[in-house]
Amino acid sequence: MYLIKLVFRNALRHKLRTALTVLGLVVAVLAFGLLQTVVHAWYAGAEAASSTRLITRNSISLVFPLPLTYNEKIRQLPGVRSVSYANWFGGVYITEKNFFPQFAIEPRSYFTLYPEYLIPPEQLRDFLRDRRGAVIGRKIADIHGLKVGDIAPIRGTIFPGNWEFVVRAIYDGAEANTDTSQFFFHWDYLNETMKKTVPRRANQVGVYVIGLTSADRAAEVAQALDATFRNSLAETLTETEKAFQLSFVAMTEAIVVAIRIVSFLVIFIILAVMANTMAMTARERVAEYATLKALGFGPWFLASLIAGESLAIALVGGLLGIVCTYPVAHEFGRAMGTLFKVFEVSNETVWMQLAAIVIVGTVAAVAPATRAARVRIVDGLRNIG
Amino acid sequence: MSHPIVEIRNLVKSYRRGDQVVEVLRDITLDIAAGDFVALMGPSGSGKSTLLNLIAGIDKPGSGVLRVGGIDIASLNEAELADWRGANVGFIFQFYNLMPVLSAFENVELPLLLTRLSRAERREHVHTALGMVGLTDRMAHYPSELSGGQQQRVAIARAIITDPAILVADEPTGDLDRTSADEILKLMERLNTEMGKTIIMVTHDPYAAQRARHIQHLEKGVLVIDGRG
Repeated sequence: MYLIKLVFRNALRHKLRTALTVLGLVVAVLAFGLLQTVVHAWYAGAEAASSTRLITRNSISLVFPLPLTYNEKIRQLPGVRSVSYANWFGGVYITEKNFFPQFAIEPRSYFTLYPEYLIPPEQLRDFLRDRRGAVIGRKIADIHGLKVGDIAPIRGTIFPGNWEFVVRAIYDGAEANTDTSQFFFHWDYLNETMKKTVPRRANQVGVYVIGLTSADRAAEVAQALDATFRNSLAETLTETEKAFQLSFVAMTEAIVVAIRIVSFLVIFIILAVMANTMAMTARERVAEYATLKALGFGPWFLASLIAGESLAIALVGGLLGIVCTYPVAHEFGRAMGTLFKVFEVSNETVWMQLAAIVIVGTVAAVAPATRAARVRIVDGLRNIG
Repeated sequence: MSHPIVEIRNLVKSYRRGDQVVEVLRDITLDIAAGDFVALMGPSGSGKSTLLNLIAGIDKPGSGVLRVGGIDIASLNEAELADWRGANVGFIFQFYNLMPVLSAFENVELPLLLTRLSRAERREHVHTALGMVGLTDRMAHYPSELSGGQQQRVAIARAIITDPAILVADEPTGDLDRTSADEILKLMERLNTEMGKTIIMVTHDPYAAQRARHIQHLEKGVLVIDGRG
C-alpha cells in the first residue's frame, strides 16, 4: 500500500513531464491500434470467409470467364451441396471516388450460400421479381443515402453502358466482420443485355461459388472439380473462399507489411521516450535511493518503486490510448468509405495494445531500476563526505 | 571507559582511482563507548566521513577489525547489513535527505515499514518521535513546507523512530543558521543524555563539536588527537 502511494506520488512529481509522456503514450498506442486495425481490415474478407465454400475461376486468370454450362456439371459432383455464380461488374456509381464492389449474381442460389447477408424476406421477394432490382449492403446505403426504391445509376466499365438499377433490398451483416459494402444485381439482366450488345460475352460467368456438404471435403471436391474440366477450353482453378480472398491480399502484401512495421516502430519510439523519461527520473533521485538503502530498504524495493512508476505511467497513457482508439477508428473507417469492407477494432488489437503497454512500462524501467538497485550508498549520498 | 559499542582495530580503507590506490584511512584504532557523543573533526579529505560510513555499515573496510555492538559488520553481506542498519543505526544527514513526496509523518514512519509493527502501533511511535522533536503540529506538512531546522528535526525523528543504539550524523548543522543549529545540537544532546543514544557526529564546526563529550581529529586518514574528555 505504502509502495503504491509512493509510486503514484513520485509519478506526479514532475507533472508536465509525466503529462507529456502520457500524451506520447496515448498517441503511440492509438496509432498502433489504428494501424493494426487497418491490417485487420485488409484481411477482413479472408477472415469472414466460410470453410464450406469453394470458389472456382478460370485457371489462367480471374479476368477470363468460365462457360455457364459448367454449372450443371459442378452441381453433380459428390460433396457439392449447391452452386451459384457471379460476375465482377466493375462499374462506377456517379464518380470513381464512390467505389464499391458490384456483382451480377444468380440470386436464389447465391443468397442461400451466404446466410450471413440478412435480407428482410419481403425485400428479397421484391428483388427476385424485379430484373433491374439490386440488393445493396447497409454500408453503401448509409454512405450514399440510398434507400429501397431509389434508382442507382451505374456506369459500366467492363460491361459498357449506363445501367440503371432499382434498390429493392438492403442487407445487414450477421456478424461484425460481414462485408456490407457490396452491390448485387441479377446475372440474367447482365446476360440478356450481353446477348443483345456483345453476344460473344453472353453465357459466361466470372466465378462459381460452391457450397460443400462438409468442410472436410474441400480438398477432395476442389481436386475432382478441376479434374473434370482438365484439357477443356476453360480449365478451372478451385480453392477455398479464404485462399481466394487471401490471393487478393497477397497482391498488396508489401503495403500490409509496411503498415505492420510502422506500427511496431511507433511502439519502439515510445519505448525509447519512456526509457529516457525513467532514466532521467532515476538519475535525479539517486540520493533518495541511497537514503532508502541506508535506512535498510533492499534493492527490490527500489526496483519496485521505479518499475511501478514506469508501469503506472504506461498504463494511464496506454489505457487512454485504447479508449481513444474506438472513436478515432470509427471516424477513420467512415472517412475511408467502402475502401475497407469492415473497419472494426478487434479484441486481438486491444490485447496487442495492452501487451505493448506492459512491455513499454517494463522494459523502460529495466535499466534505471537495475542502476538504482545497484547504487552504492556512499556514491548516492553525495552530500556525505 | 564503559563497554565499547564501536571497536575499531587497525582499520584501513582505500579507493582505486584509475591506476592509483588512494589510502583514505590508515591503521585506525578507536573505541567508542556505549552512550558516548563523539565528534569527528578534520579538514576536507581527512577521512572523517569515510570513517563514519564504515561505522554506519554503508561502506566496507579494506582490512582491520570493525565491530559495532559486538558484531563484525565487515563480515555481513549486503542484505544482512541492510537489516542490521535498519535495526541499529539512525542516520542524520547534512541536507536532511527527506522524501519530498512524503509528509513529515510519512517520512518518520518510513523506517517502521521494515518492522512488523501494525499501522496503529506505527502511528503511536511516529506521534511520540515527532513529539520529542517538537513537531506534532507539523505532521501533515511536506518537507518543502518546513524550514531547514524543522526538516532536520523531522530527520532526527526518523533516525530515532526504530530506537537504534547508534546515531550517525554527517554535518547535521552544516546547512542551518546558528539558531536552528543550536536547537538541533541541543536536541542531540538530549538524545544522548536522556535516551542514552551513542552519537557519532562529523563536523567542521568547532562550536558544534563542543557539544560532544569526545572529539577525534583526523588528518590525512590518521587519528591524530584523542580530544576532550
